[in-house]
Amino acid sequence: MRAPLSTAIAIAAGGLTLIGLLIPADPLLSIRIRLVEWAVALAGVAGLVAILHLLSVHWRKLTARRNKNFNSAFLLIAFIITFITGILLKPSHPTMQKIVTHIQVPIEASLMGVLAISLTVAAIRLFQRRGGWMSVLFAISALVFLVIGSGFLSASANIPVLKDVLAAVIALPIAGARGILLGVALGSLTTGLRVLLGSDRPYSG
Amino acid sequence: MITLDGVLGLGVVFLAIGLIVILHMLGRDRDKPAFRKIAAFDALKNSIGLAVENGSRIHITLGKSSLTQSTNASALAGLSTLDRIAQISSISDKPPIATSGDGGLTLLSQDTLRSAYRSVHAPELYDPGRGRLAGITPMSYIAGTLHVTTHEEVSAHVMIGNFGPEIALVAEAADLAGAFSLAASDSLPAQAALYAVADNPVIGEELFAAPAYLGGSRSHSASLQAQDILRWGVIVVLVGGALLKAMGIL
Repeated sequence: MRAPLSTAIAIAAGGLTLIGLLIPADPLLSIRIRLVEWAVALAGVAGLVAILHLLSVHWRKLTARRNKNFNSAFLLIAFIITFITGILLKPSHPTMQKIVTHIQVPIEASLMGVLAISLTVAAIRLFQRRGGWMSVLFAISALVFLVIGSGFLSASANIPVLKDVLAAVIALPIAGARGILLGVALGSLTTGLRVLLGSDRPYSG
Repeated sequence: MITLDGVLGLGVVFLAIGLIVILHMLGRDRDKPAFRKIAAFDALKNSIGLAVENGSRIHITLGKSSLTQSTNASALAGLSTLDRIAQISSISDKPPIATSGDGGLTLLSQDTLRSAYRSVHAPELYDPGRGRLAGITPMSYIAGTLHVTTHEEVSAHVMIGNFGPEIALVAEAADLAGAFSLAASDSLPAQAALYAVADNPVIGEELFAAPAYLGGSRSHSASLQAQDILRWGVIVVLVGGALLKAMGIL
């Protein structure tokens, strides 16, 4: 087995955390809390390392002999300005807040606007891409829930039969979502256990 | 404090471990089990072959879930898929590229690539620059990933992990570039958006089947079989509970 020490540490830490989660009694509980605290701190360090790596990738792109990518210069300059401003002024300073609210938020909001249009176009093109009853069902359900969500039928809340029909229709996606989430939960369980058993070792490179 | 929920949870965990171990041991002397066909994974295998032949790149994006969040299991499935794709495409001129929206996941993707190339005796193929952090907020992650779709000669995009509905922008960009796209997420809003946009959307728990369908190890097949058995158990409990409730026993 490759990397037996890291595998043993991962299995022991994962096992203790899992048991501590399901049986929250001392000393298991305190061990779990300590391990999760370490994990959060390590995840923060990993974030910093990954950001430095991101910068190195863009520096390499900018300084490549062929196919230089000048967009990377924008990323590097923006990062340096934001980083220095953040260090000097602290994140709660009004100038830092302006950087977030006047630059980052509008850009992200515009991407959401693009997403709304993309999804509308994609929904229309769905029939070209994939015919069949599933696409028809998808389109009908999207339309029905758009109408229900718009409040167009709010006046019907007092009509006895229509009220019950609407309640049943609204419950349908909840039932479907629960079915999907149950499957996802089982998949998550077996995937996690593969790591816990040491059969999947994404940390052993 | 020991609770009934905790003991039941522990029972399910040990049941799942027992099933995986037993099915793994039973499967040693047999051929790999035959799973039902999932068209998306067949198409992915074809697109990997095509990418190797025409010298283009495969892009795997692993989502934005932190390793300390409960949604990271989908990213772990994505890492197993990355491992398989890196091994299969190791003879390609353009090795695959992995992007993610979390620092820990980025380091794991680099480690997975290194491990995959070592296992096919080609450690020289490893380049840490191919396991990248695309961005640390949901939208910056998508913006960084969009850059890969247009600048890295990618012919196939595999999106496996925890995303928001904004991942549809990547699938749309892949479609505009004429590239293959397979998308799977544990997030319901992302699944809904990807169903409309991606070439090959994978719904629900099928996302965790990706490594087994790409010819993964015996343990991948065993865990998939265990998942199926547990699903039947859940169905029996749900139907049984509903019947008992209807009869007024519960």
